[in-house]
Amino acid sequence: MSPAPVAAPDAVATVDASLAPERRDAVRYLLILLPAVLVLLALFVYPLLGIVERSAYTPKTGYTLEYYGQIWRVPVYLQVIGRTFRTSALVTLMCLALGYPLAYLLATLRPRVARLLMIVVVLPFFTSIIVRTYAWMVLLGRNGVVNQYLTRLGLTDTPLPLLYNQGGVLIGMTYVLLPYMVLTVYSVMRGIEPGLIRAAHSLGASRWQAFRRVFLPLSLPGIAGGTLLVFILSLGFFITPALMGGPSDVMIAMLIEREVEFTLNWSFASALAVILLVLTLIGFVGYNRIVRLERVFEARD
Amino acid sequence: MGEEGQRTGPGAVAVAALAGAVLLFLIAPVVIILIVSFSGADYLRFPPPSLSLRWYQRFFGIAAWRQAIGVSTQVALLTMVFATMLGFFASLALVRGRFRGKGAIYAFLLSPMIVPTIITAIGLYFFFARLKATGSILAMALGHTVLALPVVVIIIAATLQGFDVRFEQAALSLGASRFTALRRVTLPLIMPGVLSAALFAFLTSFDELLIPLFLSGVEVQTLTVRVWNSLLLEVDPTIAAVSSFLIGVTITVLGASALLRGHGETPGT
Amino acid sequence: MVAVQDVSATIDRGSFFTLLGPSGSGKTTTLMMVAGFAYPTQGEVFVDGKPLAGLPPQKRELGMVFQSYAVFPHLTVFDNIAFPLQIRRARRAEIRQRVGEALELVQLQGYDRRLPRQLSGGEQQRVALARALVFRPRVLLMDEPLGALDKKLRAHMQLELKHIQRHLHVTVMYVTHDQEEALTMSDRVAVMQSGRIEQVGTPAELYEAPASRFVADFLGESNFVDGVIVGAPTAGRWLVRSGGGLEFRGVGAVPLQAGQPVTAAIRPEKLVPVEGPADALQTGAVNTCKGTVEEAIYVGDATRYRVALGADGAVTVKVPNRLGLRRPAEGEAVALAWSPDETRLFPRGET
Repeated sequence: MSPAPVAAPDAVATVDASLAPERRDAVRYLLILLPAVLVLLALFVYPLLGIVERSAYTPKTGYTLEYYGQIWRVPVYLQVIGRTFRTSALVTLMCLALGYPLAYLLATLRPRVARLLMIVVVLPFFTSIIVRTYAWMVLLGRNGVVNQYLTRLGLTDTPLPLLYNQGGVLIGMTYVLLPYMVLTVYSVMRGIEPGLIRAAHSLGASRWQAFRRVFLPLSLPGIAGGTLLVFILSLGFFITPALMGGPSDVMIAMLIEREVEFTLNWSFASALAVILLVLTLIGFVGYNRIVRLERVFEARD
Repeated sequence: MGEEGQRTGPGAVAVAALAGAVLLFLIAPVVIILIVSFSGADYLRFPPPSLSLRWYQRFFGIAAWRQAIGVSTQVALLTMVFATMLGFFASLALVRGRFRGKGAIYAFLLSPMIVPTIITAIGLYFFFARLKATGSILAMALGHTVLALPVVVIIIAATLQGFDVRFEQAALSLGASRFTALRRVTLPLIMPGVLSAALFAFLTSFDELLIPLFLSGVEVQTLTVRVWNSLLLEVDPTIAAVSSFLIGVTITVLGASALLRGHGETPGT
Repeated sequence: MVAVQDVSATIDRGSFFTLLGPSGSGKTTTLMMVAGFAYPTQGEVFVDGKPLAGLPPQKRELGMVFQSYAVFPHLTVFDNIAFPLQIRRARRAEIRQRVGEALELVQLQGYDRRLPRQLSGGEQQRVALARALVFRPRVLLMDEPLGALDKKLRAHMQLELKHIQRHLHVTVMYVTHDQEEALTMSDRVAVMQSGRIEQVGTPAELYEAPASRFVADFLGESNFVDGVIVGAPTAGRWLVRSGGGLEFRGVGAVPLQAGQPVTAAIRPEKLVPVEGPADALQTGAVNTCKGTVEEAIYVGDATRYRVALGADGAVTVKVPNRLGLRRPAEGEAVALAWSPDETRLFPRGET
């Protein structure tokens, strides 16, 4: 890599020599940290603040809470928020029910086998969401693969409506978010000392008792972290519900997109976005206390 | 927990069966799309009655799709350069530096992963609309850099944490300047991690839909935006070929990253 | 948090100086301060009379060998050793010549094209040593360099290191927690505890005349008997009465006074089992006591006895396995004799 003039440590070696050496080191590191922080401030924080401002300020009326009031007053919007929560909760439960046993199996298998099976979790994880959603549209469509099989097996005469309804949304979102659950829970389970389970057995615990009284409690941070992560990611989901849901399956993010792209009511969209943002950030703070986010992504090897 | 005898009870069999079904649930859609994309039939049938490359011919034959590959690639390459440069130095500071608020800065750098992309996307849309800069490749790349930066920081910070700082101290004690130590000792040793981070930054950008959905213009569309627009109309089998192409990019990145990881085991940790 | 304080010592040019202490005693921190990787909040490090403060590690011209070797894994043996010379922009021919000499010095001729992963731990350590010496540093710093080697190889490398150090007449500052290693290699040793230097001296001084109870305990082995000083000293020797009523004479490690509570330290090999109290013993020229052998353990070159002294507890006695020496059996009553000059008295209350 060619040295970047802004950030090469030598360029910062000119830090005021009168500072104490520790301070000089700290200043040097802060300087090379600066570009990334500035870029995020300019391209992430500033635009987000722009949304916040737009949600509560218009050049015409000045500061106003009108747009938040609108959300509160119009039942449809509250319904959408309620539905978003319900859908997210259901998706989270399904991810936990499917993800925990898989993570458990991966954590108890020999590392070499586990690494091989991990590819099956990681490949969808890093595949574009739109591709994964499309795959389920191909499977669940009216003339989709599942209906083809159902009719061929004579289980149904007319194709079942599997897509463009809540069931479709739940399947699609569960599919997209399941890897997050598996990786979070796995990252915690992998840290559980296997000797503890052996100790439980040596003390007379049956397999179930050892799991129930030792392994499960120790894996609780993974359950909590995975649940919270999947839930907050669900809240902001757009692509999958937009493509797989029907007219009555609108979630907050879709509402936001609609207001921006079609209704052109940017202030109202901003108010919705702020609500979503606040909910998400609360969840993130909680998550960061339970599981370190980076561990989820490190689990992929 | 590696004992063979531990996994043979009825409960264990049930768990293994359930986990196996979940694995199937995870991989089947990907595999089915890959197979269907080689179908010779006019509509999506599984298993395909005949095999052909006709959907790939259509995909690569239509100028608009080829352009979209070009746009996606340009955006992804720019994102890769931006995010890797910024992320490398930020990771170095976060792993090596001793200053207050380090944890908070780390969480801040990772936060774009958590904030719903739709919000980031409309924020950037408002931002670039005011600058009249929507529809440009640079704007999309800058937007994607926000999303790719956390990925880069996580990978490079993990690599640096596994890197024995004494290699660098040894270089300094032998008279190398900080920059020389970085260039001749640290960088070569953590290069696999840096390259892997760059690949994932590329992939993050290549796969991203929402930011280009708001930032791309009529002329300049990424591959994902074209897929999105087609899907709103119909489930066209060409999309299976496009999807398989995107899955191929993911497999390439994952494979290359695994090779790099196997190749560059940093000793002395 | 203070990791190290009051660490003052002077190292003679060309000598082998060791910082010895248990883990957490601050010896590595002290070394890192000399190297420039840690910063003292107070105090200074001088080399050749010039202060190092403000100089970054790369300008200090101090060679360093790490416990983990830190041999660059992506460079060949030759390139590793050539590294500091390349940094200093030495000529190609000179680099070749000096790397060749360094390889010869550590007996690794013919290894120049190998990569570190093709070398054993001991070989990597030699590369690290050659690399740290090749630019003729003012001081060679070594942080537990032999810690990762097995016992046999360790002993061999100790002698070889010492040989190289004498041959090149290089000043060495060495850190170890292994007292045997420190005694074997060093010209002078500083014993550290809790961030302070307890005593600096030659190995013999430290062993024969420990300045504190900690040094007496950490270096080798000591029996400790608590007592109180009774009366004034005769010829520099104080009379001590133990809690169990035993009376003996010893020399103070520090100035003492009558009536002061003290702890006496006696090395196990200085205690000699004797046949009944002879006349000479009564004169006070030799200390004596009586006890019962509780346990005798054969350890090869010697036999270790645990001798109960009644109210004063038990002491360990070490007798070489040599013909003509009295080797009592378990349960047997024995008399022990030892010299007052080999009885070190430390004021009690200090821990």
